[in-house]
Amino acid sequence: MSKYTEDDLELELKTKEYEYGFYTDIESETFAKGLNEDVVRAISKKKNEPEWMTEWRLEAFRVWEKMTEPDWANVKYPKPNFQEIAYYSAPKKKPKLNSLDEVDPDLLETFKKLGISIDEQKKLANVAVDIVMDSVSVATTFKKTLGEKGIIFMPISEAIQEHPELVKKYLGTVVPTTDNFYAALNSAVFSDGSFCYIPKGVKCPMELSTYFRINEGGTGQFERTLVVADKGSYVSYLEGCTAPQRDENQLHAAVVELIAMDDAEIKYSTVQNWFPGDENGKGGVFNFVTKRGLCETNAKISWTQVETGSAVTWKYPSCILKGNNSVGEFYSIAVTNHYQQADTGTKMIHLGKNTKSTIISKGISAGKSQNSYRGLVQINSRAENARNFSQCDSLLMGNACGAHTFPYIEVKNKSAQIEHEATTSKIGEDQLFYCNQRGIDTEKAIALIVNGFSKEVLNKLPMEFAVEAQKLLEISLEGSVG
Amino acid sequence: MELLKDKILSSYVAFENDININSDVHDIRTEALENFEKLGFPTKKLEAWKYTSLNSILKEDYSIFPNKCTAVELADVKKYFIHDIDTYKVVFIDGKYSPFLSETTHDTIDVCLMSAAFAKPKYKPVIEKYFNKVANQDNLTSLNTAFAKEGAYIHIPRNVEVEKPIQIINFSTCADITTMVQPRNLIVVEENAHVQIIERHQSLTSNAVLSNVVTEIFVDKSATVDVYKIQNDDINASLVDNTYINQKSNSVASVHTFSFGGNITRNNLNFYQNGEHIDSILKGVTIIEGKQHVDHHTLVDHIEPNCESHQDYKGIYDERSTGVFNGKVIVNKEAQKTNAYQQNNNVLVSDKATINAKPQLEIFADDVKCSHGCTIGQLDDDALFYMQQRGIPQKEGKGLLMFAFANTVLESVKIPEVKSRITKLIAEKLNVNIGFDL
Repeated sequence: MSKYTEDDLELELKTKEYEYGFYTDIESETFAKGLNEDVVRAISKKKNEPEWMTEWRLEAFRVWEKMTEPDWANVKYPKPNFQEIAYYSAPKKKPKLNSLDEVDPDLLETFKKLGISIDEQKKLANVAVDIVMDSVSVATTFKKTLGEKGIIFMPISEAIQEHPELVKKYLGTVVPTTDNFYAALNSAVFSDGSFCYIPKGVKCPMELSTYFRINEGGTGQFERTLVVADKGSYVSYLEGCTAPQRDENQLHAAVVELIAMDDAEIKYSTVQNWFPGDENGKGGVFNFVTKRGLCETNAKISWTQVETGSAVTWKYPSCILKGNNSVGEFYSIAVTNHYQQADTGTKMIHLGKNTKSTIISKGISAGKSQNSYRGLVQINSRAENARNFSQCDSLLMGNACGAHTFPYIEVKNKSAQIEHEATTSKIGEDQLFYCNQRGIDTEKAIALIVNGFSKEVLNKLPMEFAVEAQKLLEISLEGSVG
Repeated sequence: MELLKDKILSSYVAFENDININSDVHDIRTEALENFEKLGFPTKKLEAWKYTSLNSILKEDYSIFPNKCTAVELADVKKYFIHDIDTYKVVFIDGKYSPFLSETTHDTIDVCLMSAAFAKPKYKPVIEKYFNKVANQDNLTSLNTAFAKEGAYIHIPRNVEVEKPIQIINFSTCADITTMVQPRNLIVVEENAHVQIIERHQSLTSNAVLSNVVTEIFVDKSATVDVYKIQNDDINASLVDNTYINQKSNSVASVHTFSFGGNITRNNLNFYQNGEHIDSILKGVTIIEGKQHVDHHTLVDHIEPNCESHQDYKGIYDERSTGVFNGKVIVNKEAQKTNAYQQNNNVLVSDKATINAKPQLEIFADDVKCSHGCTIGQLDDDALFYMQQRGIPQKEGKGLLMFAFANTVLESVKIPEVKSRITKLIAEKLNVNIGFDL
């Protein structure tokens, strides 16, 4: 082969551009609005799915049709019209910008506060970057390392093609298609998501993150994630990103299923920062998520979440502690400001003996927002020596917001030990005064106090995430103190 | 369930024959009946009834207007009274007033009957001002309102401290039919007055009895009301107790509920704080076994600033019994400086027993101190071992520990005779002789 010259590069770039153009033509085809069996079939066909998958989706759709939208959550919002949504549309091609100067200065300001590197900023803001961009090579190295260990990490649509036996075996086993309204809807129309399989005894050498998954494209509004950790394996999975996500999709209904087999451990961390709507409560994403994990003997699942975005959040990452000695953990910070509403919490279902669960939930409400904790701790009659500790703390800023706690505790075994406590407080004036005295301005002082309040949860996040999350808290509460 | 509902609806005409239908009160009744017709009996599908099913007791063919079935001799029922002190008594047998067992008064205070208060013009202003004003519109309260006819009527004027407690006792006696009774009580305590009330429902038959009680209590400024509910009924008797308390500034109201007996017991206890510097106290001890079911459903609505509420519920559950605690504290936007405290502790003695707890906080104000704690656990093995080492048998040791566990509730009982009665009941219930009075 002849020497690779600048001309070649130019040619390659041109071809690439053409390639994109070509794809755009095909993908611009968007399905008409509305949902019926044909649409489900068409989505499945589009993804080139096998027959069983199509059937699975249709079954979910038929169940969904008979369901009604739940309204028990402590949130108020206009019900989406499900026939007004287009269920398949290709990722929209964003205009490429030439340099960071063209990016919305507000966005840049936020990036700066979050401490995101210039290269990353470019990527996030959709700025054209040099051909030798780090992340591509990083991603390739990632893939190689994972491949050597036998770890499968790919979009779920690819996994359906390449590892149908695994997907078929585990999909829908933790969150059945009939589970709830939004899970059924997701099962019928999910566009894409991640699939991850860790083989027996393998400790995943790095944090798996959707951020580094190549070929990501737009995962769309109905994301489906399936993580399977085989016996004795370990994985830490990061979802989301601290950078603000501007997305025009109003409704997001994702499903996440985790399976931790004997002695396995899954750590699942989420930072959610979808568009929360503006100061007057206009717009914003509805985030209705079903997340659940299944623990076999000695397994452990740990959910950590930092929720700062979305206009309406409805999310209960849960653990089914099926195996003996299994452990479930839930650490959450939910921040609501302006007109945001969050109804979030967890479910810990203790089935096996000597199972343990810990719930630490921190809710911070400011502005005119409503923040609810809703959790269930259930000890079944055969779950000997089950242990649960729950702590829900709320911090209120101003008297226009609300903090609510709805814990459900159901115990059918006498050896169970359950502790639940909840407190509600505000930032003390003496605390603020103390900081002011020492030259820390009020805004910074509040950030400091909020950080202290959230420390127990922030500590559970992977290092790099924790730093960003801390800053994210500050930004979310900016201007909430008057 | 549907059968019973139809029976109730069709019996309304017969009920109307018996009362004055040309009154404002009757308009309220008719409206409540319509409401009940619409709502029907509560089912587990309702969030408020998630853990309590009435199906097993609603399939009975209850007699809605039982006649007084059996004569009751004072000697037979004396043990159900707090008889070692002088008290006023308002006694009903199968929903009908028993002048023989009662001791009422019109001397400065009114301790008498709802039927009289409905009928006599003299009471009209009070009825108009208070009747059905704080009770809500839920299914069973509406049912009671529709058939509101008899119950205790207590009116304490300003600055009166009632010198002796008032007992309200409902007996059921019918040996050949199952009965449903719907007592309706109205208690109005005016400014700076003080009254203590002891309430009890007792079945003297082994037939199924369902009592659906509504009590409205109005506590005016700086008044004090203490209510003691003793629930130690026959195992075939079920009770739905709806109590609504409306408090004004600087008042103190306390309700102690002791649930030991009965089949299904549901307590809906609601406090509304319409004023500042109010204190509301809700306490309860539940000790049950067999297939008994006790559900405490409390609500404290903090509407104005600088108020307090204290809740303390203890439960001990043996055999296949089930317990529910559903406590709700609402702190409204205006209610700054609220201090709300809620505590629920439970001990499961048997593997078949179940406890469902749902302590809720709904807070809209920022300068408040609100906390709730809920635990489910066992008796301390080390403490038990310590006592056994010192020669206290295991059974008595356990009894002592359970006593200590429930004692925080007993401590605040202000009538010594009630306290010693409850202590005896607990000892009986736990089947121990603890050898001293608490």
